[in-house]
Amino acid sequence: MRAAGKRFAGGRSHGDSRVDQFIEQIITGLSIGSILLLVAMGLSIIYGSMGIINLAHGEFVMLGAYTAWLLQSHFGLGLLASLVPIFIVVAAVGWIIERYVLSLLNNRPLDTILATWGVGIMLQQSVRLMVGSELRYVQMPPSLSDSTDVLGFSVSSYRVFLFFVAIALFAVTWLLMNRTTVGMKLRAIMQDRSVAASFGINAKRVYALTFAYGAGLAGLAGALVSPLKSVSPDMGTGYVVDAFMVVVLGGVQSLAGTVASAFFLGELSGAIAFLQNDTVAKAIVLLAIVVLIRFRPEGLFATRVRT
Amino acid sequence: MSISRRTLMRNAAALGAFAGTGFPHIWIKNADLARAAAGEIKVGVLFSLTGTTAIIEESLNKATILAIEEINAAGGIKGSKIVPIVEDPASDPATFSEKARKLVVGDKCVSVFGSYTSASRKAVLPVFERQNNLYWYPTLYEGRECSKNVVYTGAVPNQQQDEFVPWLIKKFGKKFYLIGSNYIYPKEENNYCKKLLAKYGGEVVAEEYVPLGHSEFSSVINKIRSTQPNVIFSTVVGDSVVALHRQYRAAGLDPEKMPMASLTTSENEVAAMGGEAAAGHFTSAPYFQVHKSPENEKFVAAYRKRWGADKVTHFVSEACYFQTYLFKQAVEKLAASDITPPNIRDAVKGQETVAPQGRVRIEPENLHTWLWPKIAQAKSNGQFEILVEAKEWLKPLPYAAYPGQVCTEKGLVEKS
Repeated sequence: MRAAGKRFAGGRSHGDSRVDQFIEQIITGLSIGSILLLVAMGLSIIYGSMGIINLAHGEFVMLGAYTAWLLQSHFGLGLLASLVPIFIVVAAVGWIIERYVLSLLNNRPLDTILATWGVGIMLQQSVRLMVGSELRYVQMPPSLSDSTDVLGFSVSSYRVFLFFVAIALFAVTWLLMNRTTVGMKLRAIMQDRSVAASFGINAKRVYALTFAYGAGLAGLAGALVSPLKSVSPDMGTGYVVDAFMVVVLGGVQSLAGTVASAFFLGELSGAIAFLQNDTVAKAIVLLAIVVLIRFRPEGLFATRVRT
Repeated sequence: MSISRRTLMRNAAALGAFAGTGFPHIWIKNADLARAAAGEIKVGVLFSLTGTTAIIEESLNKATILAIEEINAAGGIKGSKIVPIVEDPASDPATFSEKARKLVVGDKCVSVFGSYTSASRKAVLPVFERQNNLYWYPTLYEGRECSKNVVYTGAVPNQQQDEFVPWLIKKFGKKFYLIGSNYIYPKEENNYCKKLLAKYGGEVVAEEYVPLGHSEFSSVINKIRSTQPNVIFSTVVGDSVVALHRQYRAAGLDPEKMPMASLTTSENEVAAMGGEAAAGHFTSAPYFQVHKSPENEKFVAAYRKRWGADKVTHFVSEACYFQTYLFKQAVEKLAASDITPPNIRDAVKGQETVAPQGRVRIEPENLHTWLWPKIAQAKSNGQFEILVEAKEWLKPLPYAAYPGQVCTEKGLVEKS
């Protein structure tokens, strides 16, 4: 395989080039999927467990990227060292928003759509007013800025790193939801809030923590993708669309569904972009989601989860 | 939770209707004020300060304001001050057109400086043509326009490519991979590029367009790997430029073997992607911040002093700066009572000024500008190194890709 890769990097022979391309494209799809998963996970938690359609999700992603930039340019902190502070900062913002905006609306879905949209616009404009609207630069960790061999193909080390971080964050989130008391309480509230409350569960506190955790994840996603992409006040708009596609396709209350749909969309858009181009890929992916939702309105995985 | 799809749709529709109604501009002041009364010459400054392209248009606003302040500090135009009326069209073509109307009809500006994207220029064009006013457009663009109400001070395809494409073929090879954002500008530039490639024996291995704002280039990079071009000819714009360069570098591709040759990557984009991602790639433009001339040193120093030491100047902000001086020169030729947009237009024909890039001139035939093409390579310190400088200024040919058409003073003429 290694030899095949070497040949691939050079002039390439004809024999197994199709297989090579296929495998390379699978790896690419996994990479695109892992970025989608990173971005969608925070939304999936908030939407799935609280029923809040968080339109400020993109702005949490943006805040994470800006925190990374701030820590780097003003405090000289590298990206990897700033991940924990970034999570805390954005989670704190999320907590404040849940505590002082959403919980006052009793987390009613329609009211919170409008409220989170407004909060998103305010966050975006305040960043623009405070640090300006130029594109900002977040440095890639130097240790990850070269490329590595994966099955003989040269792949960006940073993309490999992102893949593992996405998987790790998913594992942590799954454990939090299914193996901790907070997670158990949250699942109890999801089943029936009033019954859970009558058993002495403080629903307000659990909701605030959940929202903060989701926001923190979004912030991490923003910080992690910023070395591959760009940082600007309105960068969140694109991500929120991607994240919604992933969550809706995966099934609203299913973490596993989010993972499956992120990688499915990653592979699909990567493959179409390779065979056709990215413009066509975007259109076909949206069309595919519409068709799938038409026949499975609950998303791919909805039935498997609620046990 | 229970939102039925129907309620969701109904609410969304109501919201849309509310947002769409908007707020009409009924508060237009000073409607009867004469155009250049009381020692004031009013001009509009129409660059987006919010929205997607604010990233770059903010710097265009700054360069324009700087030039106006300098002119006023030096005594204005024959004693009259230039009064800039700044509007924010929010990166939205419809808002551009609305604000342009306000500036031209309401404020009675004698000229408006504005626009970065072609979409916004096309949106305001009808306003300026109907009101016979004058628009000053500083951006490099795709050509193929011949309006009598626009002064174009950015480069057109022949001024960026005539020298660039043969130079690239000679230096790197004849296989070109054309990649651009999916809209009119990249398509027209590539159209011209393909003509040049045919002329110099080059070859297109792929031509592809990504959606505006696209930021995931892994599949594109796979295709680049499998087609092995000698040159990646890029007309990707905005934050996509940043994503493309960073992902190119992360994927381990080598600019020495397969450089990107861009018409759109300026100091502004390089600052955002980081010098190491930009290093080794090439850009063709009439101006770079490192260009050595007394006028440029003065411009860069003044710009930094006014707007901050970390700010960069680039090939569009430079055009904003010198076009404001050309406006001054044109108005200076007129008597105070004659300051009207058509007179300014006639006065600016053939005007010359020494811009930071070198001496420039407005071509009387098509109101485009004679410029000094340059080819530069990006360095890891975020600046460029100029490798090739044109020996003489180059005539603007907005219809270079369309041999059957030519833009003249009377308008577009079809040659048989």
